[in-house]
Amino acid sequence: MSVPRHWREIPKRYRLIGSKCSNCGRTYFPPRNVCRECGTTKLEEVKLSETGRIITWSVVHEPPRGFERYVPYVIAIVELDDGTRLMSQITDCEPEELQIGTRVHAVFRKIREEGESGIIYYGYKFKPIK
Amino acid sequence: MRKVAVIAVGYTKVSEHWNLSIRELFTEAALMALNEANIDQIDALYIGNMFSGYCQHQEHLGVLMADYIGLKSPPAVKIEAAGASGGMALREGVQAVASGLHDLVVVGGVEKMTDVLSPDITSALAMATDQEYEAFIGATFVALNAMVKRAYQHKYGVSDELIATLPVHCHEMASKNPYAQHPFKITVEQVLSSPFIAEPLRLLECSPVGDGAAVLMLCPLEKAKNFTDAPIEIAGMGAATDTIALYQRDDLTTFKATIEAAEIAYKMAHIKPDDVDVAEIHDAFSITGIISLEDLGFFEKGKAAEAVSEGQIAPGGKVAVNTFGGLKARGHPVGATGVYQAVEVVKQLRGDAGKNQVDGAEIGLTQNVGGVGGTVTVHIFRRLG
Ligand SMILES: [Zn+2]
Repeated sequence: MSVPRHWREIPKRYRLIGSKCSNCGRTYFPPRNVCRECGTTKLEEVKLSETGRIITWSVVHEPPRGFERYVPYVIAIVELDDGTRLMSQITDCEPEELQIGTRVHAVFRKIREEGESGIIYYGYKFKPIK
Repeated sequence: MRKVAVIAVGYTKVSEHWNLSIRELFTEAALMALNEANIDQIDALYIGNMFSGYCQHQEHLGVLMADYIGLKSPPAVKIEAAGASGGMALREGVQAVASGLHDLVVVGGVEKMTDVLSPDITSALAMATDQEYEAFIGATFVALNAMVKRAYQHKYGVSDELIATLPVHCHEMASKNPYAQHPFKITVEQVLSSPFIAEPLRLLECSPVGDGAAVLMLCPLEKAKNFTDAPIEIAGMGAATDTIALYQRDDLTTFKATIEAAEIAYKMAHIKPDDVDVAEIHDAFSITGIISLEDLGFFEKGKAAEAVSEGQIAPGGKVAVNTFGGLKARGHPVGATGVYQAVEVVKQLRGDAGKNQVDGAEIGLTQNVGGVGGTVTVHIFRRLG
């Protein structure tokens, strides 16, 4: 991949920047230009919550390209405290500890490497609040 | 709009066809259909395919296939909507005939998955998800469906044992069809002791990787008798979309696009779910099939797995489902699946479905899903009296 493809995602992947509809108040990750709820185009950038809870999750045993060395790993849908949902890896935990509703908070982690000399991708993961 | 009929079908066995290239695979299915209808020229070709660009580094499939099946310069185009590519190709073909633009149309589907290795197929399938915000972080297609299974079981309290009865049913059906990829029976115990692919989904709850091609020939209903004694009418169709990303859905236990597409199709065909005799549904994973049986209106929410365990989707039950083995056991060559489903329903309505023939089947339905319910097509077929 080219560097710009990842570079332009940095505000979202490093700092959880989303958008909020100034008409109905719904928040989105990633940011959108049109609100799915009310159809308005009046959305503003917003910093999303860094804490939330697990809605559902899976433990991946058969990885896609680039994730072979990380299996098994946990992927979850997280609902942030501001109501926004996103998908994230859940790190620093044993899968057995997790339940629907488990509280989690955002951490900054390496996501994967692109070969030996390619880009190293960083971004958010979430970990359980102990 | 003109009424549209299916006048011929063609298909290959779903298998790991190591000896066949994607063009040879498609040619085999297409020639079978052209020969059946005794036609050598057509007006247009629509081909469902999801990832020939990834697996073969080959796009521009329309012209490649038209060229190799000997057609003289018809418009030909690939239609892509992930797992619903075949269903969407069928929809395009029906629209072309119904509108009066074309008379003889070939609708095909082809996928050649065994040209790449396992992690590549996992990556290719993940292209049906939101690449930047799901696949990027390591979410696989199986993992997304596994999250749906967990949410569904949490909400309705349905056991693994009950959900496993759907793949068992599909293998039972496939065991009587030599064109199925896995024509053998399995047990609930075997499903529950197979390894996890993405928890809580196990290997024997997931459709396999395979190669296949399927083809339908369409023409206006009023001209169908020129080509066949047993035309099958396409009596209704609907298609709908939802968010591409699973995490953006408010309810993870239902596919809204199935409900919407089915409603449109039932209305167009003037039927209710109870009128359907045979149905081919999109059981890419056990849970996908269970949810689809509910969203199509055959069973109440939370009750489909129990109904399956009671034999209600076997021939002779409430509605005969996946008599070709479904995605699980017929196989799921992704972009061809929607066309394979239609082939089986047409054969059932003709009374030509072999050992799984449902006596007197008059109305059939196919439901084809792209992504995790991001795109859904529903088609309804009717035998002419
Ligand atoms: Zn809004």
